[in-house]
Order: sequence, then C-alpha cells, then structure tokens
Amino acid sequence: MVKDKRILMTGNEAIAEGAIQAGCRFYAGYPITPQNELTAYMAKHMPERDGIFIQAESELSAINMVFGASAAGVRAMTSSSSPGISLKQEGISYLAGTELPSVIVNMMRGGPGLGNIAPAQSDYFQATRGGGHGDYHSIVLSPSSVEEAYNFMFLAFDLADKYRNPVIILGDGMIGQMMEPLELTAVSCQLSAEYKKPWALTGCKARLPNIIRSLFLAEGALEERNLKLQKKYKEIQKAEQRLEELFSSDAEFILVAYGGMARIVKGTVKKLREKGFRAGLIRPITLWPFPQAGITQILNRLHRKKHLPIFLVVEMSYGQMLEDVKLAVDGKAKVEFLGRAGGGIPTEEEIINKIRRNGKNLFSS
Amino acid sequence: MEKIFSRPKSLRNISTHYCPGCGHGIAHRLIAGVVDELGIRDKVIAIAPVGCAVLAYDYWDFDCTEAAHGRALAVATAIKRVRPQNIVFTYQGDGDLAAIGTNETIHAANRGENLTVIFINNAVYGMTGGQMAPTTLLGQKTATSPLGRNAQREGYPLKISEVLSQLSGVKYIERTSFYSPQEILKAKRAIKLAFQNQIEGIGFSLVEILSPCPTYWDMSPQKAMEWIANIMIKEFPLGRIK
Repeated sequence: MVKDKRILMTGNEAIAEGAIQAGCRFYAGYPITPQNELTAYMAKHMPERDGIFIQAESELSAINMVFGASAAGVRAMTSSSSPGISLKQEGISYLAGTELPSVIVNMMRGGPGLGNIAPAQSDYFQATRGGGHGDYHSIVLSPSSVEEAYNFMFLAFDLADKYRNPVIILGDGMIGQMMEPLELTAVSCQLSAEYKKPWALTGCKARLPNIIRSLFLAEGALEERNLKLQKKYKEIQKAEQRLEELFSSDAEFILVAYGGMARIVKGTVKKLREKGFRAGLIRPITLWPFPQAGITQILNRLHRKKHLPIFLVVEMSYGQMLEDVKLAVDGKAKVEFLGRAGGGIPTEEEIINKIRRNGKNLFSS
Repeated sequence: MEKIFSRPKSLRNISTHYCPGCGHGIAHRLIAGVVDELGIRDKVIAIAPVGCAVLAYDYWDFDCTEAAHGRALAVATAIKRVRPQNIVFTYQGDGDLAAIGTNETIHAANRGENLTVIFINNAVYGMTGGQMAPTTLLGQKTATSPLGRNAQREGYPLKISEVLSQLSGVKYIERTSFYSPQEILKAKRAIKLAFQNQIEGIGFSLVEILSPCPTYWDMSPQKAMEWIANIMIKEFPLGRIK
C-alpha cells in the first residue's frame, strides 16, 4: 500500500508552512480572529527554522517591521484580518512606494467597523484598488482551498521579489479555518535564490550607500517615480493574470466567484450541469491583475458560436468584484449579481433560485 | 601642514536645506563623526524620520531608509533582528518619537532592542509649520497653541525619556543639548556611548538632544540657544537619566 503523504491542516497553518518553505525569514503579526492559527504557527516554527517571529504591539508596527525586514533583504510577511488590514494600509502604501517585496495575508471577516468574525469578501475593493494612499497596486492572489493557499505562498514570494511589490493573499475566515488534507511538496522554493537584492540595506561595504525612500520633492521627480510604477503595473497586468474556468466553452450562463465562495459556486455549477443546464464557472485567481483577458477570450469564443451567455457574479459582499466583471465584459453580456455579507454566505439553493428567476428570459428565448 | 579638523567621511559635501540656526545640521555632523571614529560606516543602517530630518539620507553617506511617521523603531527592530551584525539607529523628532510613534517607542524600548536612538527635541513640529509638539513647554506659543500651551487644555510637556527610563529593557538614556560648544561635545560623547552600547550588545540606548528651532520659536539663532539654556532645560533637565 502506498503511504498517503497528505496531512491535515487549516488554511492558516498551511499558509504559514508554505511561507516558511518559500523562504520567509521574518514574520510579525498581531492577534486577530480568524487568522490566529497562522500567527501561532509562525511563533512555534519560525525560531526553529532560522526565522524571526515578533508579536508586534500593533498592526501598524507589524507592517512596518515587515518594511524593515524587507529593506534588509529577507523575505518577510505579516497577516491579519479585515480591521487589522485597514490599519496596515499606510504601511502597504509605503511598501509599494519604496518597491519593497512583501507578503500580506488578509483572512477577511465581516465589516464594516469591528463587524464580526464570520467569513466575508468585503475587502475586495481595498485589496485590488490599492487600499492606502497614492496610485499603486498590490498583486492579489485568491486561494480557494487549503492546498492552493499553501501553493500560493511560493508564488506570492516569487512575485513579490520579481516585481519588488507587495503581494496580498486575500482569503476569508472559511479558507483560513477549515481543515483539508494536503501534501507539503515545497513546489518552487528554489526560485528564491534567483532574485538578487542589490538595493537592500546591508551596510555600504565595497559599494555606494543604498537609500530606500518614497519621498521625492524635486520638481517632476515624483511623477517620474509614478510613471515607473505604472509601467511595472502594466507589465504585471500583461504577464500575471490567472483564472480557472470550468465548462465555459458552451455555457449559457457563467457563474463568477473567487476564494471560499467559489467552492460553493463550483459545486452548484456541477449540480446544474447534472440537471442539464449549461452552466459554467470562471474563478479569478489573481484579483489584481484581474483576469480580464481570459474573460474576454471566453466571451469571444462563445460569441463566435453564437452563444450569448449571461454572467452571474456571486460574492460574500454586496458587489465588489462585480465591478471588475462588468469592466471585463464591457457591455457585451448581461451581468447579474448575488451577494450576502456580514456572516451570510450565498447558498447553493439561493444561487439556483437566482438563475431560475432570471431563467424565464434565459430559457424561453 | 597637518590637517587636524575636517568634514567627517560619513557626511556628504552638499549644501544644507535646514534653516539658519537649526540644530539638525549639528546632530547630523556629530553622528557622522561618531560613525567615522568607531569605524562602522560600512555597517551602519540609519532610519530617517518623517519631519524636517526626513532628508537626513541626503547628508549621511551610508545606508539609510525612510520610515512612515512614528514607525522608525518598528522598522529598526526588524532590520536589527534580521541583520544583528549591522549597527542600526533611528533619528527621530519629538512628534515622531513621542506623539504619533509613542507605541512603537515604548515597545521597542521595552523589548530591549539593541538599538541606538537619537531623539531631537525642539518642542515644535518644524516640517509642517511650527505646531504644538508633545514636548512644547507650558505657555509656549505655536501655530496650534496660539495662546500658549495650557495644561488644562493641552496637557503637560511629555518627558518621554523619563517615562522610558522606567522600562527594564532600556539600558542608557541621557539628555543633552546644543546651547554651547561644551554641551555639543557632551552630546557627542553621549551619542558615541549610545553607539558603543549597541556594538557591545548592551541594549536599547537613547540620547535626547534639546535642539534649537529658531524659525518656529520666532527667535534669532543666538536667542534660541539662550532659550534652551535659560528656559528649556528647566523643564527638561540635562544629564544622564538612566
């Protein structure tokens, strides 16, 4: 009998383990539910694996510790949940402005304000639009399973180093706290050595001093800096869009969902197929850059076959990713929406009912 | 002829952006001199604050980073933990260290981080136009205390060095000033000790410097020095605090 190499972990623990295997050597965090297992895992495992763990005095301090560790040249990360991530926004803006590679995990919970600790997806705008002040973007990855959360840590640190940019893992309480079996394969941690960091602060031995700054006061200097950042963002948009599609080649209606929500939607799509409805799924994996090109491609393919699909966006929010889907579809198809937040999660039944209500127009024509 | 006095190697040869009579230039030079004397230029990493001294990295000729307002000691903590072989110091004003960054200051000190802190206390926010600082004296008029600081309304000048001296993690605190050449030399000795402490692994060391801001004190540079000597040191007594 082949031994099953899989082990059972929560998403929070899998992310922590993935980060350590991906070469993360500095972690700072502050307690907040539903991501505490991640911090506890780091507290236990970082010191014994050549890493540094600090429980910071605040979220502000934690993100600025990540700033310092990254400036000193190591792979660094922090994690939190929605209210804590709001506190980190200033720091993320500085990380973007100084182009310091960094990974930030947000296990989203219900808001606004203190909200509650139930899973939510209400921080999509904050994550994908910058979130802090200034014209910038973080790269945003959305895991939909514990195993994917683990695998994304290698990708996250690689993307952070490659583009010298903050990367956000946008999960939710569901992804963070559920347990699933996974195999710890250390998919791509060898990549870390490829990224040399000649800009890092190590002491100016046998080289000119390095300066890390986001302040540019000379006339035109900040605009120049911004244009450089915008050029980088365009490169990222071109090279890093990712999505998963299912049954989209002949779909009459396409459900769009990400992260934890996509698991329920995927099950619903399969059920609809079994019942003979031509349902398809698009699951954006990168939320920024949003997989606009893939959606356009799917839509064009369907149009060539004379299919006119209707899109149904399902979120644990009141319509945030919806805006990106509408931009991607660009008026070429109808886009419907179903969303709940504050602890409510759209159910399979609600999704099917939503389709049936619109179904009259859909199937009668 | 033998040259016995010159610009420190760690100080770049550029013209200053600071106002006439400002203390930052003196502080920058003292630090650069100490870095040279200790032979640590290729190991030093400085954290510049938000405030007038945000441009400190234009003057120092060694590795520097900025930090968000008040967060210098969080940034410094991580750099030192990641690279204990380097010499890491923060350079912070009163608003940065004792108002917006009080939390970072107290906790870095309480953790006993092996860091050097140079704390410039000039009793106002300079960069933003002379607003009231946590260290503004009672009665002192600023842009945001136009009638003079009033204890009932704005509280008392915050003696952050005395507060920090209560913490077990703190190993050395001294308050110095720039009001005379003798005092400047004392400040330099204190700065040097604060760096030596880090080199020897002794722990968290902070030097507070009462530094003139003639522009926002509305005084001539000479009057500003006299104000430190006659008024400011009554509220902030000089000497070793811990």
